[in-house]
Amino acid sequence: MSLALSQSNSLIAKPINWQIIARATGFTFFQAGLSTILTILLGLPAAFLFGRFNFPGKNYMRIASTLPFILPTVVVAAGFNALIGPTGWLNLFLMGVVNSTKPLINIQNTLAAILLAHVFYNTSIVIRIVGSSLAQLDRKLEDVAQTLGASPWKTFVKVTLPLILPSILSAVLLVFLFNFTSFGVILLMGGPGFTTLEVEIYIQTMQYLNLPLAGILSLIQLSFTMFATVLLLKTGDRGMGIPVMPRLKQEGLKIPAKNWEKTFTFTILLLLLVLLISPILSLVFRSFTVTAPASKSEAGERIIFTLNHFKELFINRQQSLFYVPPIKAVWNSLRFAGASAFVSLILGMMLAYGLRFAKRLSSFNLLMMLPLGTSAVTLGLSFFTAFAGIARSQIWAGLLIPLAHVLISLPFVLRVVQPALQSIPANLKFAAQSLGAKPFEVWRFVELPIIWRALMTAAVYAFTISLGEFGATSFLSRPDMPTMPIAIFRYLNLPGSSNYGQAMAMAVIILFVCMLSMAFLDRLQFNPNSGTS
Amino acid sequence: MKIKWFLTMVMVCGLVAACNPEPAALNVMVHDSFAISTDVVAEFESANNIKVNFILSGDAGSMLNKAVLTRNAPIADVLYGVDNTFLSRALSEDIFEAYDSAFLDQIPDQFELDPNHQALPVDYGDVCINYDKRFFAENGLSIPASLEDLTKSEYKELLVVENPATSSPGLAFLLATIAEYGPEGYQAYWQQLKDNGLVIVNDWNTAYYTNFSGSSGKGQQPMVVSYGTSPAAEVIFSDPRVEEAPTASLVGKNMCFRQIEFVGILKGSKNKPSAEKFVDFMLSKRFQEDIPLNMFVFPVNETAQLPIEFTEFIQIPDQPAVIPADQISTNREQWMEAWRALMLN
Repeated sequence: MSLALSQSNSLIAKPINWQIIARATGFTFFQAGLSTILTILLGLPAAFLFGRFNFPGKNYMRIASTLPFILPTVVVAAGFNALIGPTGWLNLFLMGVVNSTKPLINIQNTLAAILLAHVFYNTSIVIRIVGSSLAQLDRKLEDVAQTLGASPWKTFVKVTLPLILPSILSAVLLVFLFNFTSFGVILLMGGPGFTTLEVEIYIQTMQYLNLPLAGILSLIQLSFTMFATVLLLKTGDRGMGIPVMPRLKQEGLKIPAKNWEKTFTFTILLLLLVLLISPILSLVFRSFTVTAPASKSEAGERIIFTLNHFKELFINRQQSLFYVPPIKAVWNSLRFAGASAFVSLILGMMLAYGLRFAKRLSSFNLLMMLPLGTSAVTLGLSFFTAFAGIARSQIWAGLLIPLAHVLISLPFVLRVVQPALQSIPANLKFAAQSLGAKPFEVWRFVELPIIWRALMTAAVYAFTISLGEFGATSFLSRPDMPTMPIAIFRYLNLPGSSNYGQAMAMAVIILFVCMLSMAFLDRLQFNPNSGTS
Repeated sequence: MKIKWFLTMVMVCGLVAACNPEPAALNVMVHDSFAISTDVVAEFESANNIKVNFILSGDAGSMLNKAVLTRNAPIADVLYGVDNTFLSRALSEDIFEAYDSAFLDQIPDQFELDPNHQALPVDYGDVCINYDKRFFAENGLSIPASLEDLTKSEYKELLVVENPATSSPGLAFLLATIAEYGPEGYQAYWQQLKDNGLVIVNDWNTAYYTNFSGSSGKGQQPMVVSYGTSPAAEVIFSDPRVEEAPTASLVGKNMCFRQIEFVGILKGSKNKPSAEKFVDFMLSKRFQEDIPLNMFVFPVNETAQLPIEFTEFIQIPDQPAVIPADQISTNREQWMEAWRALMLN
């Protein structure tokens, strides 16, 4: 289909404001860099904890730390507000402690809010990717190093670190790109004082229909995505060729025993609890409560527990055509997420194999990263213009949303699966072949078990990306196929305590559904042979 | 076996998503805030043997952009939800067919901003400052009666507004100040607001639910730029139930900006007779009376009765701010940029 750009008034050239471009570009790099460093600082030790130690509640902790990933920013903002907003619980508590009437923590519209939200969102990427490669590592190598007299620190720097470097780089790249193209966090948590490329693209496209300027900004964004990807892939290549062997469940994991191990475990868990889990808990708490004036005569408020928000979700009070029954939204979200996780896994695996065999295809590797480093506005608008024609057909429209999700989660799958695949020692395959295994058998019984953990990590993310994705979906959304995030937005569009409560309740339902799905996928992850029976 | 079961389940999910056949229909592009009762639409569908498909297309601005970008092969027959701040863009991009609906007789002339009837008015609503009644009562503060009052020191740090570049009520409030102080004077006024501790956020959600003390977010500012109908919504959607609105609107001269929303038949529609029937229906009493409690705006049709909540809890401004649509279109970008340069640096 053709676009009407040539006739449109919107392409009359306006002078390009380079100052806007320079400022947005500068701040984008600054906040993305700083956010990534902070995320890695928390994520690496946490990954080490999950990859090396067993502690009570570990599985719950792993799942809980992944939950932020699926939450729409509006809901996260509400969670933070309930916790550290001017009348948030933490603030009220601190005000009580020091007897102050002014809130002690006030980070609304500050850089700190942006950084906090980015750490909240992305730490789990580091934990999952680096943690799973640490757990997969052949521990004999470290034992050998120590036997030869290397100190634990030297072993870590000279042996462990180089071995897990590809996965660290993958995690850094993904976290950086997420921060680089972050939109909702900048807009809602950072406030109007901060403008990134992404926010500027949104303003130029949606407000001014200044497509030339939006185009330049998108190009800057895209070229940097390519540059960062190439850089990290090149660096990663040098660390390749490390044997990763299939590991038994729980092998190499120990319970913290020494003093430093206990302190380490405690500190990291406490940090995760405060930074990642407490905003979610405050959200859950909020969905079960209402506030009411304490009494007619005195000021202040009391908090009442209620199930009303959840009950109201099931009632269509206004008889609205666009009312979203929660079950339907859950079902839509689940099937979109299931379909898109399945397709991205298959495609991602095929791509990873293709890239292993044909080095010349490496430009493909680059191409696949682009959707992740592209503005959601640009991506959504491209989806829209490209598919506007078939969006009218009911049959195809239902497939568009999962397809859009596949495009976004594919880079993720590729970044997780590829390092695992490249690390399989070639002699394993040859050994199997010389013992008479057919190519399919080699794949099924040798390679698949080795990359299984990575595959399931990728599945978790493909699934959760789809479950929480709002940007592209909103461009393609159809009133008869609402997903859970879209349902949340419909409630938050109107004033009223009941609407607010219902939005929180819907978010809690998303969290719950996501928790169950992840528990299921985690079980698969740690039972690599469950399919053989 | 678990894997096989899982994979089969996922594949079945994919297939179910693929098979949902439906007959051809009238496509109507609407913004995300559009809402209407199921039985009202069903009545139209059965009376005219037309299946109406609503295409949710983002906020009013994104929706219009989509319509402009796909004008050679329009994805819909009818577009509803262009407001007077975007009207001139829609008209100058020439995306609408003219249509003289018979129902225009029932609509006051003040709403008919397009004399050629390419865009027909459907509803209107005021963007006003809401205030937290309890805060004002407890602190013995008087209610600001004019935009000028907001610069007084007694209201220091008490007002939160939205960024006009990212929020439609934010833009409406900027336009209200331009109507009051003129294109030359509004910047000086905003400087005074800034000096008086004005809080700016990017979107209505944050302003209303995080910053405003009168909402369930219990924020710190007792005044917020919101909608004139928000107090009624606070009663209707209250939990626990309240009998009286906890908030009210400031309706002094030029303190509210009136947004009027329009519908039009998209050029290139292959379904013009059905499109005309639907536009007629949107302007008819049945549809118009269903608008208030679904979208929290007022119907333009004079014969439509208002629900009791709208007469009881809503303050109507006597003199809402007015700026001609063509002036808004010519200057919006310049006004917004000047505002951003002044307020965000």
